[in-house]
Amino acid sequence: MAKFMGLAEAIAQNVRDGDAVAMEGFTHLIPFAAGHEIIRQGRKHLTLIRMTPDLIYDQMIGMGCADKLVFSWGGNPGVGSTHRLRDAVENGWPNALALEEHSHAAMANAYEAGAANLPFAVLRGYLGVDLPKVNPKIKSVTCPYTGEVLATVPAHRPDVGIIHAQRADREGNVLIEGITGCQKEVVLASKRTIVTVEEIVDKLNPPSFNSVVLPHWTVGAISHVVGGAHPSYAQGYYKRDNSFYIAWDKISRDRDTFLAWMKDNVLDKTPESFAAHAKKGSV
Amino acid sequence: MMADFTRNEMMTIVAARALKNDDVCFVGIGAPSAACNLARLTHAPQITLIYESGTIGTRPNVLPLSIGDGELCETALTTVSVPEMFRYWLQGGRITVGFLGGAQIDKFANINTTVVGDYAKPKVRLPGGGGAPEIATNCGEIFITMAMGKRAFLDKLPFITSMGHGPTGAERRAMGVKSKGPTRLITDMCVFEPDAETKEMTIVSIHPGVTREEIAENCGWTPRFAGACSETPAPTAQELEVLRDIQARTKAAHAA
Repeated sequence: MAKFMGLAEAIAQNVRDGDAVAMEGFTHLIPFAAGHEIIRQGRKHLTLIRMTPDLIYDQMIGMGCADKLVFSWGGNPGVGSTHRLRDAVENGWPNALALEEHSHAAMANAYEAGAANLPFAVLRGYLGVDLPKVNPKIKSVTCPYTGEVLATVPAHRPDVGIIHAQRADREGNVLIEGITGCQKEVVLASKRTIVTVEEIVDKLNPPSFNSVVLPHWTVGAISHVVGGAHPSYAQGYYKRDNSFYIAWDKISRDRDTFLAWMKDNVLDKTPESFAAHAKKGSV
Repeated sequence: MMADFTRNEMMTIVAARALKNDDVCFVGIGAPSAACNLARLTHAPQITLIYESGTIGTRPNVLPLSIGDGELCETALTTVSVPEMFRYWLQGGRITVGFLGGAQIDKFANINTTVVGDYAKPKVRLPGGGGAPEIATNCGEIFITMAMGKRAFLDKLPFITSMGHGPTGAERRAMGVKSKGPTRLITDMCVFEPDAETKEMTIVSIHPGVTREEIAENCGWTPRFAGACSETPAPTAQELEVLRDIQARTKAAHAA
């Protein structure tokens, strides 16, 4: 059942050291404020699950929150490397990071299988490629009807699923629109969930009958965090801060520059600090 | 008179020419995205561009920095979830052309975007495959666009992220994969197409001002030239103008 609370309380109640945490949002609606709160609370030994680790996991990995990363594309989109992720994999800084690497199709299917309460997902994929040689979780099954051999991956069942959404009503029903990624699947696949929202409204007023709506009885904690997706974006509220994604390349390249940026912009800040970004990047 | 152009512009323009008005194209970010939108803004106005973020039939006014910029959703015919994109649309066989870039490629158009060096102890950790492993086998055919260089065009890849025609050119067919795989590799110096028998990527046209020696110097294997190898037609003034316009709009938008 949806319960409204502050973000610090939501993270403290739901995210524990050693948890498998999936924070989704495919470029759009990435829950940055929630990631920053996890960093501030000093969570450790997490298994971080996400199709595109993006800057949020780059920051969490660089701050030593993660022991393992489950992912399918780990770069700064259109810019280059996620340098903190690279430093962890190449040099073990600040700690060694185990990888469980998939393709996008497999990750999306694994979330869907989790939401559907199935043990594994099946797809026509991984043909002629090397990933199955380095990821023992990629296996295969023979179709009982046609004999075709298809790839399988285990369902994702995270301990905690975290997403950012445009708005919730006062009952806790959550609306997502625009690029909806696999947020619905993550919420339905996870044991516990946290949703941060741009706005809490009397009535959701979906612009179409087919917007993604998560009923209040499918979500756990809801926290009102204006601007909580920055530098990602919230369609209808503020745009993707592409100039920040470009700037991150320089900030994250060097360990000291990175740590200084994290102190000034994450450790010394609060969830309320995100509101300024929403205003600046208004549509 | 022939207009002045860079090799990178030439590559994007030749890549755009490969696309047709009735194509349904799965667009990779970077060079493929520029080429696909150039095609849409010139000779193929009705082309359907699909980005893996779920946007179908998108018509961006500036090139997206990421595959999920808001611009893509706002200008799309419809936007579907990511699981639906990969299951119904890609795996469902609805895509005629997948357009990929890559970090490293071999003579059978297998691509590496995963690691340089050993997977467990990599020299350079690259971003990984993303959508490419399934794009490579589920689209009707694959176009690839990459600038040439000895560190990119390798005789043997350290890791196969997405399959071209297989390590020896025979594996794709042997596995019974029904789609065609890479049918065109567009570089900044020339265009490759697979040999009908061996599937080795073979040079079918050379861009104006480029020599065979220069191509060989920038290729990690000894490249083969087709008997009927021709000169690639130079960019037209219109192609250059449209490309430069969208790149200028893009630069201004991303710096804002």
